[in-house]
Parts: sequence; structure tokens; C-alpha cells
Amino acid sequence: MAPDIDSITLARETAENVDLTPRPGETLVFDKPRSLRSQNTHYCPGCHHGVAHRLVAELLDEMELREKAIAVSSIGCSVFIYHYLDVDSIEAPHGRGPAAATGLKRARPESFVFTYQGDGDLASIGMAEIMHAANRGERISVVFVNNTVYGMTGGQMAPTTLIGQKTTTCPAGRCLEREGSPIRMAEIMASLGGVAYSARVSLDSVKNIRDAKKAMRRAFQVQTENIGFGFVEVLSGCPTNWRMDAVKANRRIRAEMIPYFPLGVYKDVNTLNPEGER
Amino acid sequence: MRMNGERKFIKGNEAVGYGAMAAGLRCYFGYPITPQNEIPEFLSSALPAAGGEFVQAESELAAANMLLGAVSTGVRAMTSSSSPGISLMQEAISYMAGSELPGVIVNMNRGGPGLGDIGPAQGDYFQSTRGGGHGDYRTLVLAPSTCQEAYDMMIASFDLAFKYRNPVLMLGDGIIGGMKEPVTMWQPERPADHAEAWQVDGAAGREKRLIRSLRLDEGELAQHNRHLAAKYEAMKAEARAECFLTDDAELVVVAFGSMGRIAKSGIRKLRSEGFKVGLVRPITLYPFPADVLETLAAQGKRFLTIEQNTGQMVEDVRLAIRRHADSEFFGMMPGELPGAEDLMAPMLDAVRRK
Ligand SMILES: Cc1ncc(C[n+]2csc(CCOP(=O)(O)OP(=O)(O)O)c2C)c(N)n1
Ligand code: SF4
Ligand SMILES: [Mg+2]
Repeated sequence: MAPDIDSITLARETAENVDLTPRPGETLVFDKPRSLRSQNTHYCPGCHHGVAHRLVAELLDEMELREKAIAVSSIGCSVFIYHYLDVDSIEAPHGRGPAAATGLKRARPESFVFTYQGDGDLASIGMAEIMHAANRGERISVVFVNNTVYGMTGGQMAPTTLIGQKTTTCPAGRCLEREGSPIRMAEIMASLGGVAYSARVSLDSVKNIRDAKKAMRRAFQVQTENIGFGFVEVLSGCPTNWRMDAVKANRRIRAEMIPYFPLGVYKDVNTLNPEGER
Repeated sequence: MRMNGERKFIKGNEAVGYGAMAAGLRCYFGYPITPQNEIPEFLSSALPAAGGEFVQAESELAAANMLLGAVSTGVRAMTSSSSPGISLMQEAISYMAGSELPGVIVNMNRGGPGLGDIGPAQGDYFQSTRGGGHGDYRTLVLAPSTCQEAYDMMIASFDLAFKYRNPVLMLGDGIIGGMKEPVTMWQPERPADHAEAWQVDGAAGREKRLIRSLRLDEGELAQHNRHLAAKYEAMKAEARAECFLTDDAELVVVAFGSMGRIAKSGIRKLRSEGFKVGLVRPITLYPFPADVLETLAAQGKRFLTIEQNTGQMVEDVRLAIRRHADSEFFGMMPGELPGAEDLMAPMLDAVRRK
């Protein structure tokens, strides 16, 4: 039964430290996860980083990982995830998150260690680190936010920029001959023997957001169950650098990104095998 | 591993491994490069046998960042490499300095620039003592001249790294790494690391912690860098040097690491021939033992700096003695393996000149 619209409180205000406990006559149906701090984010309107953060926070709550978690933030718009999540965190140099996470997890195997990385961070400057951490089967989980641009530095071409997509460093559109083709990380990860789980999800719609959470849960689980490396690629919008509003950005994900970056689970195993079979 | 009082005939690289184990090493990360390969080779079996973690990283870049991650949890961890690999680690060392993380890094200096050669060299003195990476920071730098000192200094390196929450570099070279000597194993009293106050280990029953170097708030970085500067100032208390026959010396030779040791042999011979030559061998390169040198300079002594490079530490020597004296310089090139006689010739020149 749908709840009475009058009794729904989504959030009263967005200011910091808002008391969200229900007032008389109100029923709380959508709460802030414990793992998320009461703090405004700096993200642009329509940016999906906030949505992805919330999914991570919900899972940390639901899987009771908050007090065991160490987050590795990467260099990109989401570097400040370390202010938004209420978990112990470190900041890794650009692209080196999976190496730093390797060090954390090897030193403290009892901790839950995850990285949160952008496409420039993970698939360009940090390509070697992600490949080898995954291939070693490090017991870490990786949330990979693919928004097809370098958001933080002003919308330059990323390794995931689509052919024909205009950015500040490929103003005429990415050209296959000159810049090569967009890299499909979820598929590459699935081919590596140390990877237990690899999936691609999207944050463009409610249904896809629900699926994204399921995938993230499994990527976390393969770590907590000591199976192997967990990876989720999250197709996300960057309205600011795409020079469009949030609604158009969601449409672009459906019309242009998903056809090139198909959603789905590329690998999900319960034991690792040397051939890297799915 | 029990090693109290036992004497082993081992290479300097192995002494590094044994010393690190005695200091309570928990994690090692490294990538192969000559002339330090015996360090990872030794630790790849010794460390797991003692319940620690050994990872052969995909690159020195990764190794240094694994180190950054591991020490964030408050454990004793290290990496080792040689010159080109140390260059690749500089970004992570800068982050560790900015984040105040106690990483220990061993550099068995080889010839450069570029791929250079794999022979001994001291060309990384500037890189080691001037921070090495970007930004305004310093690392503590220790320079062994014997295999025993390599063992002892590993213990000191970890203690200092945690005492100051700062990266510590041990700068050896191909001679130290590859030479075999008897080394006495000893088990130190381990001081408290006090990492519980800052390490990340899960926010259970306490506020979350954050280890970072990004400081964007108005005035935040300025304040932090002043704090770092004060820390580096306090580190000066750690400055150490070996003084050998300096009291009555007319000429003081200044040389570190292998060169210091070879110079010492030369000085012994010159003494037996009646020449009043002494040695100051900096044991810490940063902080530089400037006071020792200034005191000697004030007594009217003359100076000759000998290095296996074209003149790097000599700048620090000149700074230290600038109110009273200057220093001559003699440089060996990388890959040249000087005997005591090779270093005696420039000493004789200098002591005779007056
Ligand atoms: C070594 C180094 N090179 C370059 C940069 C500059 N830089 C900061 S963020 C970034 C790109 C981030 O893009 P992405 O990973 O896609 O994250 P987004 O901002 O899009 O979420 C770059 C190039 C840096 N901080 N460090
Ligand atoms: S620039 Fe793009 S990725 Fe960065 S906060 Fe804005 S919308 Fe998000
Ligand atoms: Mg991006």
C-alpha cells in the first residue's frame, strides 16, 4: 500500500546537522544512512556521484561494514567522498587507489577496504594499478564511476570518452584514428583470474539505480566472503561538463553510453580459477 | 626469528632485511632492480614465515603507494629500490610527507642519470635530502657505511619514522648492498609507536579518521606546512656524524656512506705517515650534522669533501662552515670502485697545500 503523501518526509532541509527525527504525525520513510554524514556535498546539480555515495553508504549500513571499513578516495571530483562517508578514509595519489588499498588490506585483512575512482583516475593514469590489483585477486572492492570525462579538471577527454563526443581537449569530437576507442573496463576486469565479480550498472533511472545497488552489494560480498576482487562500473552523468541539464544527461546515458557500454554482470564466481573463466 | 647476539656473514642487502625484521617489519612491497634484489629475495621468505606480508608490486609506483596504504593502518612497513625506482616513488613519498605517514624507504643508489649503470654511486644525495618529490617537505635520511650499520639503521629508521610520523630514507649504494661482512644480530627494545592515535582501522566507537594531504580551506595548507617546518626543525636533534681523528687534524675530510669508509682507510695510512688528516662521516644526511662541521671550522681546520658524484653534499658542507672556511671537493664517478689510495691522493694534495 502506498504511504499517505502527507506522512512522507523526504528531508526537511539540506543544511548540515538537520534533525531528521519524525515530528508528531510524520512517518519517516526515507532516512539518511548512518554511514553518510550530514553534510552538503559540493557536487553539481544532477551529478551522479552523490547517488553513488548514497548506495555505498546504504550498503555499508545494511552489511554492517561501517565500523570495519576503510575507504580509499581517489583524485577527481569525488576526492571529497572522505568528507561525506562516516568511515575511516585515506586519500591515494591520482590512479594509485588500488595499490594503496592493497597495502591497507594486506596490513589489515580484517578491515573492509574499497576504492571509489573516476574514469580518468582508474582507466588512464591508474590502469596498471587496477589491472594488477584485480589480477592478484586482492580482497578489495572497487566502485568505478564512468562519466566519460575528466570532471574535476574541467571536462577533458577521458579514456572512456565516446567516439564523436566533444570535450575541451577533443573539441572536434573524439576520433578513433587519433585517440583510439573508449575503454570497456567491466569486460577487461572480467577477463582477469583474480576477479570474482565484475558488472556494469547505470544511475540514469530508478530501476537502474536499484540494479546498481544489487551489483555493489555483490562486489562488496566477494570481499567479505574472501572470494576475490569485486568491481562495479557505474555509468554516471556529468551534466556540467556535458553542457546539458540533468534530464538530458540521463537521456544521454541511455541513448549513447549504454549502447557502447552494455549493462550487465560480466563475471560472478564463487571460487577463483587460474584461467579466469566466468 | 630469534637473532640475539648471533653473528652472520651476510651482504648489506640481507642485513637490511634482517634489521627490518628485528625492527618488527609487517609488510614489504617492492619491484626488482639491481643492486638491491637480495632485499626482496630475502624478505619474500623471511617475512611470510614470521606472519608478515610480502608483495612483489607491478612497479615502484605501486610499491610506494602500497606502502602508503599499509602504514596508514599503523604497521611497520617498507619498500626498497635503487635510483630509477626511487624516482618513480617520489609522488607517493610526497603524499606520505604531506599526510605524515611513517613509511621507510631504502635506496641502494646506482649510477645515473637515466638508466646510468648498476655500479655504486652517490648521485641521489640531492634527491634524498631535498625532499625529492614535489612540495615543501623533507625526509629523514640515514647513510650506512658498513653492513652492521645497515642492520642497525633499519631499526633506527622505523623508530624515527614513527617518532616523527615522517618518511625515512636509508641511502646506501651498490657497495653496501653487495658487500659481505659479519653482522651481529640484535633484538631492540621497541619504543611505542603511538599509532593508535591516528591510524585508520575502522571507525568503531570513535569519530571517523581521515588521512590526507589535500588542504583546501583558507589558510589550512599554510598552517600545515608551518607545522611540518616545525617538525623538521625538531628533527635536527637527530643529526649524527662519526668523527675520526678530528681533534688534532689540520685537514678534515667529509665523506658519507661507502666513500666515508674508504676515506677512513686512506686517513689511517696518511696518519701513519704523519699527516694530520681526520674524517667527519655524516650518518644522517638530513638533518645534516652542520654543528659538528661548524665547530671544527671555527677551530681553523681546512676541509675536503669527497663524494661519488660531481659535487652535491659539498654544498651542505660549505653552508655549514661558511663563516670560517670553505671546502675543496674531490669527486669519483659512478661505477668507479675507489681504493684507499685513490682517495689518499686528493687528501695529500689538500693537506700539503696549506
Ligand atoms: C599526477 C596527477 N596528474 C593530474 C592530476 C590532475 N587531475 C585531478 S582530477 C583529474 C581527472 C579526474 O577525472 P576522473 O577520474 O574521471 O574523475 P571525475 O572528476 O570525472 O569524477 C586530473 C587529471 C593530478 N591530481 N595528479
Ligand atoms: S563536474 Fe561533473 S562529475 Fe564533477 S561534480 Fe560536476 S557534474 Fe559531478
Ligand atoms: Mg570522470
